[in-house]
Amino acid sequence: MAQAQLPLDTPLSLPEHPKAWKWYDYFTFNVDHKVIGIQYLVTAFIFYLIGGLMAVAMRTELATADSDFLDPNLYNAFLTNHGTIMIFLWVVPAAIGGFGNYLVPLMIGARDMAFPRLNALAFWLNPPAGALLLASFLFGGAQAGWTSYPPLSTITATTAQSMWILAIVLVGTSSILGSVNFIVTIWKMKVPSMRWNQLPLFCWAMLATSLLALVSTPVLAAGLILLLFDINFGTSFYKPDAGGNVVIYQHLFWFYSHPAVYLMILPIFGIMSEVIPVHARKPIFGYQAIAYSSLAICCVGLFVWVHHMFTSGTPPWMRMFFTISTLIVAVPTGVKIFSWVATLWGGKIRLNSAMLFAIGLLSMFVLGGLSGVTLGTAPVDIHVHDTYYVVAHFHYVLFGGSVFGLYAGIYHWFPKMTGRLLDERLGILHFVLTFIGTNLTFLPMHELGLKGMPRRVAMYDPQFEPVNLICTIGAFVLAFSIIPFLINIIWSWNRGKVAGDNPWGGLSLEWATSSPPPIENWEVLPVVTKGPYDYGIERRQESTDEDRDEEE
Amino acid sequence: MEQIPASIWTLTAGVVVTLISFWVGHHHGLLPEQASEQAPLVDNFFDIMLTIGTALFLVVQGAIILFVIRYRRRAGEEGDGLPVEGNLPLEAFWTAIPALIVIFLGIYSVDIFQRMGGLNPGDHAMHSRHAPKSGMAVVAQASSKTTSDAAALLAAAQTPEIGIGASPDVQGKAPDLVVDVMGMQYAWIFTYPDSGIVAGELHIPVGKDVQLNISARDVIHSFWVPQFRLKQDAIPGVPTELRFKATKVGTYPVVCAELCGGYHGAMRTQVIVHTPEDFERWRHQNQAIATAPVIPSLSDRHIQQMGITPQLVAQVEAMTHHHSPEKL
Repeated sequence: MAQAQLPLDTPLSLPEHPKAWKWYDYFTFNVDHKVIGIQYLVTAFIFYLIGGLMAVAMRTELATADSDFLDPNLYNAFLTNHGTIMIFLWVVPAAIGGFGNYLVPLMIGARDMAFPRLNALAFWLNPPAGALLLASFLFGGAQAGWTSYPPLSTITATTAQSMWILAIVLVGTSSILGSVNFIVTIWKMKVPSMRWNQLPLFCWAMLATSLLALVSTPVLAAGLILLLFDINFGTSFYKPDAGGNVVIYQHLFWFYSHPAVYLMILPIFGIMSEVIPVHARKPIFGYQAIAYSSLAICCVGLFVWVHHMFTSGTPPWMRMFFTISTLIVAVPTGVKIFSWVATLWGGKIRLNSAMLFAIGLLSMFVLGGLSGVTLGTAPVDIHVHDTYYVVAHFHYVLFGGSVFGLYAGIYHWFPKMTGRLLDERLGILHFVLTFIGTNLTFLPMHELGLKGMPRRVAMYDPQFEPVNLICTIGAFVLAFSIIPFLINIIWSWNRGKVAGDNPWGGLSLEWATSSPPPIENWEVLPVVTKGPYDYGIERRQESTDEDRDEEE
Repeated sequence: MEQIPASIWTLTAGVVVTLISFWVGHHHGLLPEQASEQAPLVDNFFDIMLTIGTALFLVVQGAIILFVIRYRRRAGEEGDGLPVEGNLPLEAFWTAIPALIVIFLGIYSVDIFQRMGGLNPGDHAMHSRHAPKSGMAVVAQASSKTTSDAAALLAAAQTPEIGIGASPDVQGKAPDLVVDVMGMQYAWIFTYPDSGIVAGELHIPVGKDVQLNISARDVIHSFWVPQFRLKQDAIPGVPTELRFKATKVGTYPVVCAELCGGYHGAMRTQVIVHTPEDFERWRHQNQAIATAPVIPSLSDRHIQQMGITPQLVAQVEAMTHHHSPEKL
């Protein structure tokens, strides 16, 4: 990479480029971080729709207790690929690849990411991964769940399972490349006038996310490659009848996949910390607490993975140790929630679509967090592990949390990305439908799990039929909630009201350039004079700034 | 609202939240009936967490709703809100309180887990065990001389040291009844080593200390009885156990909780908790009968649907000397 050898604080010399990108530039190997960000977002959104259709098919099957809509093996292929697509091809690439790429250089006053070609390469690993997953349906589709525990994964639809593994290794590689890029970019390329305590919280969150991804992703890749060997090349890492151990896989898998939960929520927490202050017109409450709690979640989050294995082959000390470490994660998470709620206090809150989704996230994430605490304790988890209680919990966290956060981010930064505002009436309709649909779908699942319904079943005890029907109706509401959003995006992108550079009166640097920003972001590199959250604050003179430095 | 001091409002809200939380914690009705000695322990703990959780939920949601209504931007309003950047005592408070709560829950969950027997799997290894008599038992249990199956050898080399073991009151004692439980796609097979009975349903006496030695033949399954609040994966190559006393006569579902293939959802049977007299009667009946064996717990329809091969049926039949006459 020629760029890497350049002094990083000089403007980056991209290859010759036109004045502005044309539509077809978005389909090419483009090195502009903004193009890549939008490529990630749009690609991820398409996979979100595909994964969503799978969910609708599954909920249709579950409207009745019998297996009467999908073949049970196809049902398992849908549940496997729904989970895989939503995690690896929607939330992670949209939050980290999409918003991360688009926003980080703008927020720190850089002209691009540190390694633009690496960045483009990281994106272009995603479409083939998605294609592999979809093509695997020609071979029955992987059917062992997104966790793909052996021995089931080594004996069921093995061709599709191998394609699944290759797809995950591709997106994992993409994630590792992206993480290196974010760490170097944030570390080396923020404008000199920006102090660390003026770094927007989204960038802190991306830093924590990237460190976490860098530590954990290689472990998943290793675990999956061993699985690939077991399936195809006659090795027996996980084959008990040949000296292997199936529980080892679970450790390798969850060592990544629990932190993956934080990969999916930390960037969203970052989005929350940006959206809430702007629309509440208040400084973020407890900047340092929020920044450090991201790092705390990142560290503690590496030591909680066994709580997914409390009923597996784990000895008592492990069950107890990981109960306690899991409970501890609730503390930094709580700090963030409380800080955002406190940010609302005394504000002048604009209840527009972006803010509604942010507040909706806040209220649903609380429920997901609290059910997470109950799940983190071994005694209760022994009962509810692998039930619909777990399904309810992680959909509150991942749908009520991550997806709401992504929507909030889209409503918030769409004007920056396209230069046009989204329609507010359609946005609010979208929010109302999504909020009702989410709670209708996932709230009753808590009861299902506690009362005795396991997850990942195509047929179930008829006593659970009425509650399941409510969930299915909720799922249809969620499916329809996409329609106003799609109309809004497509219509507003072409004909929406022109936004201007800073429609929300934001103070972070991305609002200081034009909408959409020019190809290298800035005519002249910006100079930071105000903190990103100094709403309502007339900053005192330079001299007092020095006092604040000493406080740090 | 102006006349009444804020402290009164806060106090009232606190009392209301506390009352609602306690009510929810005790009347949620979200858990099925309790039929094992572990169930009340788990439920108590869940109720406590639900009480605390409800209180936190109400406070946070209440604050969100209150703030959004009170501090929403009115039409024509310009400018920014109060420039508050933080409040150290408040932040310390909301870091410390959750920290104390989770420390309390952590210690309490260790205590509960200990009383459930969670810290004592493998306790039975200390005393002499019932020698397995049925050929079936080799898969799950000790005497492996009759088989060359490597998985069985591996399983036989170890006794279960994973799962829920002896609760404090039976620690160091031999269980009253040992049952070998084997999971396979898509059925549970229960073998009684002391009587040689093989059944597709689990029959146990109420109030007796029962030990299940759990194994799996093909993929991972998970043995779950919601009314017992007990679950343990059945793992190929890793023997596991559940030890408990059933406290209530009745019939409860046995559910497979780990994805094990297309018909995972159909992998259900039941546990019948008998009075001791009924259990003895059941045992005598079944020991006396030795009829042509069939796959326990599976109807012909299931057999066809699940694509179970004749070879597998033959294999199971070869291992099966007795079966439960109630089923099929």
